[in-house]
Amino acid sequence: MPIEIPTLNIAALTPFLAVTVTAFVVMFFELFVNDKRILGYLSLLGLAVAAISSVMLLGVSPAPAFQEMAISDGYALVLNLIFIVTAALSILISLSYLGDRALQRGEYYALLLFSTGGMMLMGAATDLIVVFMGLEIMSIALYVLAAFNRRKMGSGEAGMKYFILGAFASAFFLYGVALVYGATGSTNLSAIGNWFTSGGGDLTDPIALVGLSLLLVGFAFKIAAVPFQWWTPDVYQGAPTSVTAFMSVGAKAAGFAALVRLLMVSFGQAFTLDWQIAVAALAVVTMTGGNIAALAQKDIKRMLAFSSIAHAGYILVGVVPGTIDGVQAVLFYLMGYAFMNIGAFAVVAVLEHRVAISSAIEEYAGLAARKPLLAAAMLLFMVSLTGLPPFVGFWGKLYVFRAAVEANMSWLAVVGVINSAISAFYYLGVVVQMYMRPAAATEDGEEVVPISLSGPVTITLAVAVIITVILGIWPTPLVNLTSLAVFG
Amino acid sequence: MMPIPLSWWLTVSAALFSIGVYGALSRKNAIGILMGIELVLNAVNINLVAFWRYIAPTDISGQVFAIIVITVAAAEAAVGLAIIIALYRRRQTAVVDDLDLLKN
Repeated sequence: MPIEIPTLNIAALTPFLAVTVTAFVVMFFELFVNDKRILGYLSLLGLAVAAISSVMLLGVSPAPAFQEMAISDGYALVLNLIFIVTAALSILISLSYLGDRALQRGEYYALLLFSTGGMMLMGAATDLIVVFMGLEIMSIALYVLAAFNRRKMGSGEAGMKYFILGAFASAFFLYGVALVYGATGSTNLSAIGNWFTSGGGDLTDPIALVGLSLLLVGFAFKIAAVPFQWWTPDVYQGAPTSVTAFMSVGAKAAGFAALVRLLMVSFGQAFTLDWQIAVAALAVVTMTGGNIAALAQKDIKRMLAFSSIAHAGYILVGVVPGTIDGVQAVLFYLMGYAFMNIGAFAVVAVLEHRVAISSAIEEYAGLAARKPLLAAAMLLFMVSLTGLPPFVGFWGKLYVFRAAVEANMSWLAVVGVINSAISAFYYLGVVVQMYMRPAAATEDGEEVVPISLSGPVTITLAVAVIITVILGIWPTPLVNLTSLAVFG
Repeated sequence: MMPIPLSWWLTVSAALFSIGVYGALSRKNAIGILMGIELVLNAVNINLVAFWRYIAPTDISGQVFAIIVITVAAAEAAVGLAIIIALYRRRQTAVVDDLDLLKN
């Protein structure tokens, strides 16, 4: 019997391969290179290759790869660019942040690249097996990264908490996959979709519905949606700030990537008929819960953690309508969020100087007098995260809320706008500290810790500021880019 | 000989899932929690293989998925135990209630 050689279409996964191969190269050169920063720049090179190949693939009509396990359609490629931007900006922060703490190690960059590869796989997966593998490649690398600062008590604790809750959520997710497989007889996303529409599948099949709920629980955990958000503040606070910046955007975007494709491709009809209201409820409690908890925070990393929960809620508003416009609004939001949120974390990374766990908001008092440019950058990120024009955060919110209004769910947009108003209190609280409070008086003999700004993190700040402003004034390029995001 | 019906497998799997979730939620020691999670993953494997045999025997994806789950669970356990050991060296404890540096 002749053996049929399958067509793999390896070219479709070039961006993923570029990132993964770079990770192995980084691990190899770690043995020989003394100055580990070189490995960071090598990682940036790999990400650049991945970005170029993603852009080139945008012009090719998508074909399924690896026996319909993955596809490089517009949706996956735009997501690739979001992950690449997130990883590149985080590596630039790391080059400064790790150096200040004697943590500069090659495996850090390799793990960060593996994690990015896992995210890309989640965006491109068209089979639940590959979604699961992408999820685990991303998560296992992130567990280690969160615990990377072994000298600091909080880092190990953050890694442990993230690991235990993440593994628990993965187990739930897997049980959901198993049940969906049992109900539909397939793990392929389109085959599951066909089962619902034409294969005699029933929208009230209990096994499929329990499976879908468990899948939603798994994703809600990864995107940090209420009520699965308990881990977020602790992990974000304890992890090294460069890692927090990376996972606050990357892990969230990857969770949304797989969730949206699953809901749109597999559960399209079931979703819009029965599940819209469940996801809408999730969006409302996530926005409100995140914002109200953020009001009480005294530590800026915890505050940004709760605010990232609230942002997951805003993004869910774009998922609820189940339209391609909503999906593109989600991608626009995620791309804008990558720049403004990582920018904010870059400022935090620059200012965080003490060994103990503290990045108290009070320490930002008087920053405007000490470092006017840094304070201005933080002001800009805070205003953009609030969602005020003329910054990119405004357009992100506008597009997701517009998608909800067009799907006749105006009440959801109203809840979102009210929540944005609540968020202004805590974001502008940081601004008030920086501009209107005097710096804490230093006692005699106590040295004022100098704020050092080294090259790489300055690049992150500059890029984040410029993009946040330019896309705020002129969002058309990003709108055009996200309009390429269609399912293949 | 009467073949074992699918529902029996699913019952065993659901029981194992519940025991695992209970273990993960009630244990204070990180190792105990990890054992609970492993039980849940084994429940998933029973489900996957049973569904493959009874629902879609022509296509081996259920079996392959079970093997992938076993592999990933091993990788996850390795990383998790490494984190637990690193933390134990620093703090002399693997009890999650003692990890209270990070809180509101």
